Amino acid sequence: MTHHFILRVITKLLIPLILLFALYVQFHGDFGPGGGFQAGVIIAAALVLYALVFGLNTASAVIKEWVLLVLIPLGVLIYAGVGVASLLLGGNYLDYNVLAHDPVHGQHLGILLVELGVGMTVAAVLTTIFFAFAGRGHRDANGNLLPHSALSDEIRNRKDGQP
Amino acid sequence: MIAHLPALQIVLPLIAAPLCVLLRTTRLVWLLAFAVTVASFGIAVELYSQVLQYGVISYAMGGWAPPIGIEYRVDQFNALMLILITAVATVVLLFARTSVAKEVDQRRQPLFWAAWLLCFTGLLGIVITGDAFNVFVFLEVSSLSTYALIACARDRRAITSAYQYLIMGTIGATFILIGIGLLYMLTGTLNMADLAARLPGVTESRTLKTAFVFIVVGCSLKLALFPLHLWMPNAYAYAPSAVTAFIAATATKVAIYVMLRFFFTIFGADFSFGAMPLGQVLMVLSVIAMFSGSLVAIYEQNVKRMLAYSSVAQIGYITLGISLATTTGLAAGMLHLFNHAMIKAALFMAMGAVVYRLGSCRLDQMAGLAKQMPWTMAAFVAGGLSLIGVPLTTGFVSKWYLVNAAFDAGWTIIPVAILGSSLLAVIYIWKVVETAYMRLPPADQKPVQEAPLALLIPLWIMVAANFFFGIQGNLLWQSVLQAARQLSGEI
Repeated sequence: MTHHFILRVITKLLIPLILLFALYVQFHGDFGPGGGFQAGVIIAAALVLYALVFGLNTASAVIKEWVLLVLIPLGVLIYAGVGVASLLLGGNYLDYNVLAHDPVHGQHLGILLVELGVGMTVAAVLTTIFFAFAGRGHRDANGNLLPHSALSDEIRNRKDGQP
Repeated sequence: MIAHLPALQIVLPLIAAPLCVLLRTTRLVWLLAFAVTVASFGIAVELYSQVLQYGVISYAMGGWAPPIGIEYRVDQFNALMLILITAVATVVLLFARTSVAKEVDQRRQPLFWAAWLLCFTGLLGIVITGDAFNVFVFLEVSSLSTYALIACARDRRAITSAYQYLIMGTIGATFILIGIGLLYMLTGTLNMADLAARLPGVTESRTLKTAFVFIVVGCSLKLALFPLHLWMPNAYAYAPSAVTAFIAATATKVAIYVMLRFFFTIFGADFSFGAMPLGQVLMVLSVIAMFSGSLVAIYEQNVKRMLAYSSVAQIGYITLGISLATTTGLAAGMLHLFNHAMIKAALFMAMGAVVYRLGSCRLDQMAGLAKQMPWTMAAFVAGGLSLIGVPLTTGFVSKWYLVNAAFDAGWTIIPVAILGSSLLAVIYIWKVVETAYMRLPPADQKPVQEAPLALLIPLWIMVAANFFFGIQGNLLWQSVLQAARQLSGEI
């Protein structure tokens, strides 16, 4: 656990800043450059960095894979749900004007919610893609990640050493 | 809610897809998918009757009026396309439940249905939208989910064929995107109606010609026009059978729709067929496709691959009708578009039933199959007759109008080519019939049972549709003719 001491410390220092910046990009997206997609990518970058330095098992303890698999459809549902809400409130699909009493507030609320959905899905999709590639050969028959100790056993048991 | 039907057409399957991922119970997921597909069919029928009654429907997404916002625009042609896609999806979905349960890994099935619904959403979206860039977005939605659907098959070769399709499909989509980008550069608008209004002012521009060429090549790749069809045989052969039936009947047809939309609505027939030599190029390629596709199909041992090559030939008929550059030619091409969707859905579903029992659809294993699976093989024969174009079937009706349109346009060699290519279709269909009905089953092969009713009923519904629209030939022809008139701007 003492390997790469500097890397570990710097990573721990950087990750909160990266996440904070992601939140800034997310919620400032309707005033300046940025938005859900960019914020989602930055959040995923933080998680990927964590997984690279601390290992896949630690990272998947921080964010469980089933959580990611719920977040992916949930983001799409939020996006589509905003549209349905505006339909039910009497506007056209995705017409944010009707979401609040004041059209300007409605536009604001609408784009905020939609971008939230985008951010969630993008962050979860990118992290899932990373987990899927990084976890190749490190999974049991049911697709669960093998624990670290079992992993080395597993590899040792295979004669050719190829996972 | 009636005013929001164009949005609901897309939104229902779009919302159902993520719900499928959350539900994660194959049974519930299938029920949801089926309910949504049936509802979409209802919406499509209602939209068509509204279009007939009140004319073109325009829907402003997000409340932003066109041309600034994205516009959904339903006219007669795309209302018919919506009905085609939703109807085929409903019938194939009934078939798919049993077929997919056998051909796709149990754990993947909920995700499979999510991808299916996304593909469905994408196809409907391409058809309904009146915004050129939105076409590209939905094209990617449907294509990406199709790649996933193809790769879901248990056969490992499905993965390489899905990858091959991914590369070719992405090149096609990129070409279309470049074309749309050039149009945007030229006019500053992406709305189709607005583009159509602005383009006549810049017909001499080289940018416009380049955009046209990019879009033609991109669409040709997507619709598998000879010689850009090479992704298709493997993708169709190794995909799960239900997926093959679905995409063979819809995806290439939607690509043809996109091409027609660009040729007639955006660029205008005068530019496409007058200023650019589209008619000649398309006609030559179509005739080559009709013969090369059929010839390769004759020598194919895997029946799904055989049918895929036959699709190359049949798409040739459709583009041949379009290349005549007359309203009747266009209508004949469009009619064959609908009829070929019915024919190929029936044939691929028949092969799906064979795969369900045999585990493969190679000709040598199908020897003597007609005794063991009489209803399935009878459906294949019926579909085959329609493919060849025997009277009383849809295939006959569309070929009849195609031949007429060719004579009207002053071509006498084209009807001969249509006849010749149909004779080649007789040969490859006969090969399957001969093997299944007249050969003895291989001695080492265990006899199989008839396919379950869950497969036979949707299969025969599709076969019945072939005969219904074959006998009531005028029914679809009149609707298509009206749509063609509207598309080419005659009325």
